[in-house]
Amino acid sequence: MNNVIYLDHNATTPIRPAVAAAVVEALSVYGNASSVHEFGRRAKRVLEDAREQVAALVRVRPSQVIFTSGGTEANNLAVRGARVSQVFASGIEHVSVLQAAENLTPIPVDAGGRLHVDALAEMLKPGSGQRPDQVLVSVMYANNETGVLQPVQDVADVCQANGALFHCDAIQAAGKVPLDFADTGADLLSLSAHKIGGPQGVGALIVRDDIRIMPTSRGGGQELRRRAGTENLAGIAGFGVAAELAVPGVDENSRLAALRDQLEARLHALAPVQVFGADHARLGNTSCLSMPGVDAETQIMGLDIAGVAVSAGSACSSGKVEPSHVLQAMGIDARIARTAIRISFGWTSLDADVGRLVEAWADIYHRAGSVRPAAMAS
Amino acid sequence: MNRSPDQNIDAPCLTARSGPIYLDNQATTPTDPRVVDAMLPYFSQKFGNPHSSSHAFGWEAEDAVAVARQQIAHLIGAEPREIVFTSGATESNNLAIKGAGQFPHRRGNHIVTTRVEHKCVLECCRQLESQGLRVSYLDVDSNGLIDLAALAAAIVDDTILVSIMAVNNETGVIQPMAEIGAICRDRGIWFHSDGAQAVGKIPIDVNAQNIDLLSISGHKLYGPMGIGALYVRRRPRVRLQPLIDGGGQERGLRSGTLPTPLCVGLGQACALSEREMGAESHRLIRLRDLLLSEIRARGCEVFVNGDMNRRISGNLNLRFPGVRAEDLLTKLHGVAISTGSACTSASVEPSYVLRAMGLAPDEAAASVRIGLGRFTTEDEVTRAAEMIARAVLIDVEKMDHPNLNENASGAVSAA
Repeated sequence: MNNVIYLDHNATTPIRPAVAAAVVEALSVYGNASSVHEFGRRAKRVLEDAREQVAALVRVRPSQVIFTSGGTEANNLAVRGARVSQVFASGIEHVSVLQAAENLTPIPVDAGGRLHVDALAEMLKPGSGQRPDQVLVSVMYANNETGVLQPVQDVADVCQANGALFHCDAIQAAGKVPLDFADTGADLLSLSAHKIGGPQGVGALIVRDDIRIMPTSRGGGQELRRRAGTENLAGIAGFGVAAELAVPGVDENSRLAALRDQLEARLHALAPVQVFGADHARLGNTSCLSMPGVDAETQIMGLDIAGVAVSAGSACSSGKVEPSHVLQAMGIDARIARTAIRISFGWTSLDADVGRLVEAWADIYHRAGSVRPAAMAS
Repeated sequence: MNRSPDQNIDAPCLTARSGPIYLDNQATTPTDPRVVDAMLPYFSQKFGNPHSSSHAFGWEAEDAVAVARQQIAHLIGAEPREIVFTSGATESNNLAIKGAGQFPHRRGNHIVTTRVEHKCVLECCRQLESQGLRVSYLDVDSNGLIDLAALAAAIVDDTILVSIMAVNNETGVIQPMAEIGAICRDRGIWFHSDGAQAVGKIPIDVNAQNIDLLSISGHKLYGPMGIGALYVRRRPRVRLQPLIDGGGQERGLRSGTLPTPLCVGLGQACALSEREMGAESHRLIRLRDLLLSEIRARGCEVFVNGDMNRRISGNLNLRFPGVRAEDLLTKLHGVAISTGSACTSASVEPSYVLRAMGLAPDEAAASVRIGLGRFTTEDEVTRAAEMIARAVLIDVEKMDHPNLNENASGAVSAA
């Protein structure tokens, strides 16, 4: 697949070479970090070094980092482990938040995919019939499909004023925007390694010091009794290195944003493209856009033949044919939502990728145009 | 410790001659270099998300996961679609037990398990008890084996699940799996087994042994840490409540992006174990017997805890009367062994497993777990026996003559 350009970095981003080296090295450290002998202590050291690196990424103390098997488990641990009776979450949250919540109330978002903070304040305010201290509010830092940044600090203020807990899924934001746990105002924050150039199979939940989390899995007392199971040592070592490399460089992020902006400008010149969330601040690497009148499936097949890998939404749900739940929550017409694809740039992206994508995209668009009903072509 | 490019990884040499000897293979096994080799491409050029269905990067990862699933299934006589990937045996045990106990339409409220299960099984049972389910804990005999008649008697109309480990993590004792399975099947009760210490070490066949749920750990069979699996029988179908929800991966039983390299590593580890299990077992029995006879030959009084014949070949759980195992371990710099399970090894309590077998607290506190493995050499065994015996004799000497100083006791042990 040497000739294929990969523009699906929000699904998973290639592991960085320094990370791969750390993972392979740690695979040869064969102690159980809970063992007291030298092998165990060596494993423990690898684990704790990585914990410091991940803590540094979001500027917390190492004891606030709970390693998990990935972002999904981190979100589940937050939503299920927070000991609340209700979850308020926006409809654009990742399915691992929406599915984990037993008693879920949606927080509305605008047509651009940004949360209505006023609506949340209304839902939490005294007299709303809710007990805010029994509520967990879960709002992501940046959406994985549109890249739209959410008003995280405002959400935190509203939560704090009303005594609700705030969980922030920062899985897509980490490494792309500077993240400071204290600045977000969140009580709980989820991270995933394989979205920042680390290995699959490892993530973390960052927890405010005074918050007790009920573990999903029980067993040995690992992770200060908040997450049982022998730690994924090699994965965690890789996560640590990835976290160190992911402290976002301004240059790299503006480079990717420039590629994305160039892409959108060139597609706008070709067709009346709708870019979802374009009016809001977005992650610089992400573009979710429609090709008028052409199904996402058709686009993806065409792009695949042309050697361009993109997706129709999040990877977990991209096997399904239903339109994205994110676009649905934004109130986008289902017919338009079906024509949306997600393009996400990353550290392996090159300037030339934009040209190849535009060329292939234009080709598909024009070919479809010849059979497209006139009404749809406008 | 970076692997140099010219290093031959086909010839595993995992222990430096001068470094400590690793004899704690029940806590974790080294990742087999052949497993690492299989994983490597998925850490670099084959990086796709196996759930990305829209491009070839995803399909390539998906195919690799499918092969791994096949390799795991084959080792235990299952169908690939009966394998659910998890983050490890702790999660598998949690999913099996809590998943059965919390399933909304379960037909009863009673679980049968044993007193010698891994801590995570007991913790799950305690959590279910706090939610109103009842749990019966079966005793074991002095050899560590359960009584089949007691099992049959413990099952009541309300019983939904029997959870009994295949191999104990401290003593290596193998429970009569086929007999347990037959009883459970006969009574229409799901049989879950924690197979973390068994799979890849002894033959397991989910159909011949009527196992309905089987937990598998990667890092106990020379695979990577952070990956495990749960076998979930399809016919008759076992229904579970998932622990982790989200994208609906693993047929809805376990959401989350599958870690392709780890899945590949677990698959490869299973394939290697299946091929080498027989020869490896013979080799380990020989080394184990050598270790024991070498320790005895040096004049140590030693007893083996647990049935000597019905145990996995790499395990010895040894009791040295008059010795405090904790002290012994702090003196044994050259050999890594343990006083029990790694999860609980920081605790000072004597092993509950040994206590359940009828050992007195001081007897349990005089016991150590030794786990030989695939990469243990005869030379290591001989040297370890020497070091263990010397440390034991010093300790015994000190107990008998508390006034002896280090030099004097050293002289005795050297004799």
